[in-house]
Amino acid sequence: MARITAGVGCSHVPAIGVAMDTGITDQPYWQPVFEGFKKSREWMKEQKPDVIFLVYNDHCTAFDASCIPTFALGCAAEFKPADEGWGPRPVPVVKNHQKLASHIAQSVILDEFDLTIMNEMEVDHGLTVPLSVMFDQHGPEDEWPALVIPLAVNVVQYPAPTGNRCYQLGKAIRRAIDSYDEDLNVVIFGTGGMSHQLQYKRAGLINAEWDQRFLDMMASDPDAARQIDHVEYLRETGSEGIEMVMWLVMRGALDEEVTEVHRHYHVPASNTAVGHIILENRT
Amino acid sequence: MTGQTKDYDDIPGTFVFDADRSREGYHLNQFCISLRLGKNRDAFAADESGYLDRYPMTPEQKQAVLDRDWNGLLKLGGNIYYTSKLAANDGITFQDLAAMMTGVSREEYRDMMLHGGRPIDGNRYKSEWGDD
Repeated sequence: MARITAGVGCSHVPAIGVAMDTGITDQPYWQPVFEGFKKSREWMKEQKPDVIFLVYNDHCTAFDASCIPTFALGCAAEFKPADEGWGPRPVPVVKNHQKLASHIAQSVILDEFDLTIMNEMEVDHGLTVPLSVMFDQHGPEDEWPALVIPLAVNVVQYPAPTGNRCYQLGKAIRRAIDSYDEDLNVVIFGTGGMSHQLQYKRAGLINAEWDQRFLDMMASDPDAARQIDHVEYLRETGSEGIEMVMWLVMRGALDEEVTEVHRHYHVPASNTAVGHIILENRT
Repeated sequence: MTGQTKDYDDIPGTFVFDADRSREGYHLNQFCISLRLGKNRDAFAADESGYLDRYPMTPEQKQAVLDRDWNGLLKLGGNIYYTSKLAANDGITFQDLAAMMTGVSREEYRDMMLHGGRPIDGNRYKSEWGDD
């Protein structure tokens, strides 16, 4: 049977992708950001996931303001890196496990989560930056070491789905994967965050104390984390910090009790606090 | 905006891009995102006003684009992920755009981020800012 063995929380700051694509990760500004992912890359090599279920948000790339699905599941055979205005990132095409994605769509919708199904979609830095930081550099001619099922969550237009809704969806995704009859090691990523505000006069807001508490809750008190309301995210972590609801899909798909194997936190990457955690299921 | 009071109205220095703002800013945002593609950037560069006329934006929105009034664009329903495409078209990085929106130099802004960012204390409520 397929099984979810671990979860990864990870920021997806576009400048991190640019730093990797332009080979400046050793510069003093970037070195501490990437230092914290060294262990993660080793862990990924040992973990050898067959499939990554990757929860991310699109940044007006696949979905402009004309169509804003709250949850959109990628069911296409592959997803090309999108041109976000400066050419596509030089990274591999993302290949899906299409049969598992279809199974998840069917299972989760019958479980009363009304997903949008994407049979064609390009993916932006929200999806490819987490793959780059966790798998290290891969060029356009390479293949990512795992298949990837994307789940795009609307966090651009308020309101994003609630943390609790995301958490419950994670549980439904877990039930779907648990019921899939192929021996697959699945790792789920929740991406985005941590505290950051990109707009208007409060831009640059960082709340490191809140972020660390959130990481603590991811490890040991998901029940408290799922109850954080939207105004708290907006006020305490900045208008774009609300992306952290996506980590709750990941957390909902894991066991109640997990083992924290790695954590990394650094300020800043551009305008953002970089947060990262790896949680393993014990069963 | 509508007269409806919202529980995030008291957050300082922040526009929450909700359905009301999305409605008001729709054509402005669709214009901005069109600049994702090189052929549209070329057309915009050749004739900014003419290109803007393709979008049924308000005169205030068009003027804010021509003036590169970054905060004005947000006030008129623009969303930062969209308006940043106009900034990128002009060769302005996200961090430099943030400096412009907050009214400080790029050096001051970068320095603030290197020293832990804008602190949360004193920045939770409009009442802490005096006005806004």
